[in-house]
Amino acid sequence: MGEQVMGSVIEGVLFLFMIVLAIYIARLRSLFAAAMLFGIFSLLAAGMQTMMDAVDVAFTEAAVGAGISTVLFLGALGLTTSEETRPVHYRFTGLFVVTATGLLLAWGTLDMPAYGDPNAPIHQHVAPHYLDDSTAEIGIPNVVTSVLASYRGYDTFGETTVVLTAAVGAFLLLGGGALSARSGRDEDHEEADSSGDSAAGGEGSA
Amino acid sequence: MDLLNHLSTHWNYLGCITLMMIGLYIAISRGNLVKKIMGVNIFQASVILLYVSMGKVKGGTAPILIDGRSDVIFSNPVPHVLMLTAIVVGVASTALGLALVVRIKEAYGTVEEDEIVALDRAEERRALATEGVESTDVQGGGGKA
Repeated sequence: MGEQVMGSVIEGVLFLFMIVLAIYIARLRSLFAAAMLFGIFSLLAAGMQTMMDAVDVAFTEAAVGAGISTVLFLGALGLTTSEETRPVHYRFTGLFVVTATGLLLAWGTLDMPAYGDPNAPIHQHVAPHYLDDSTAEIGIPNVVTSVLASYRGYDTFGETTVVLTAAVGAFLLLGGGALSARSGRDEDHEEADSSGDSAAGGEGSA
Repeated sequence: MDLLNHLSTHWNYLGCITLMMIGLYIAISRGNLVKKIMGVNIFQASVILLYVSMGKVKGGTAPILIDGRSDVIFSNPVPHVLMLTAIVVGVASTALGLALVVRIKEAYGTVEEDEIVALDRAEERRALATEGVESTDVQGGGGKA
């Protein structure tokens, strides 16, 4: 029991930190600082996922979310700008839309099962089969691995296709020579173009 | 009291919704394109958290089977698998979005949304103006002839 209370306290603190960080990211004008905070945010999300028993998701999030995403953001900031110049224009429209959407979603949670409820519908469908029979059928102790690579292998195949498509898209956008640039508007076009090539290489390896 | 009760049993959903809405706010009300992508990323991280939190079973542990023990409670592995896919797809779309931003910077010289819109408007006006000049020229020429 005490262990569960401890867990709830840790989860609550992590959640609070994440919300504070997200608000800070929204308010910061320095994009470099925001990118670093985003890395911390991802790391906290990874901690949260560990608390929720999703260890595989946690280390993917730590490697991909906190690592590669931050690197991508820093690369993009190096090629564009690291300072957000203009103040917000449609702040109140945005706030209104967001609040309304949030309230609607919160209303929707009234029908949801409670957190950690073992009788929730999600736990009655295919999960028991995976947990009970995967030893006999696949033989890998980590159920997440056997579901990912075998039971739902087509999902992983689709994911790989998406990654390939994104990589091809990034290459075409950055590496495939300059579209005829709007003349007179970009003084540093040559410089941006040559560094764009190196960024395409970085994304390809990522 | 009812509300407090709901908050204590459904805090995971409400927390994720809060994060999600902060991300959405950044995406729709910030003019800087890199910042917008950060907002989309926060949104994505909170959706992942939402799904993972639904897979949690009270008193459960990570779904890695232990030999010769059947008394252990495991959390649901299915959302974990789906969210693994979502994280990788998310970083792919982030890379593509940032590549687009870099491309926009090369073409327009700025990544601020309102400046880009202003540049587009100015271009449209210029195009209209030259069109107008040409048509009046043609009309003037026709009048002389």
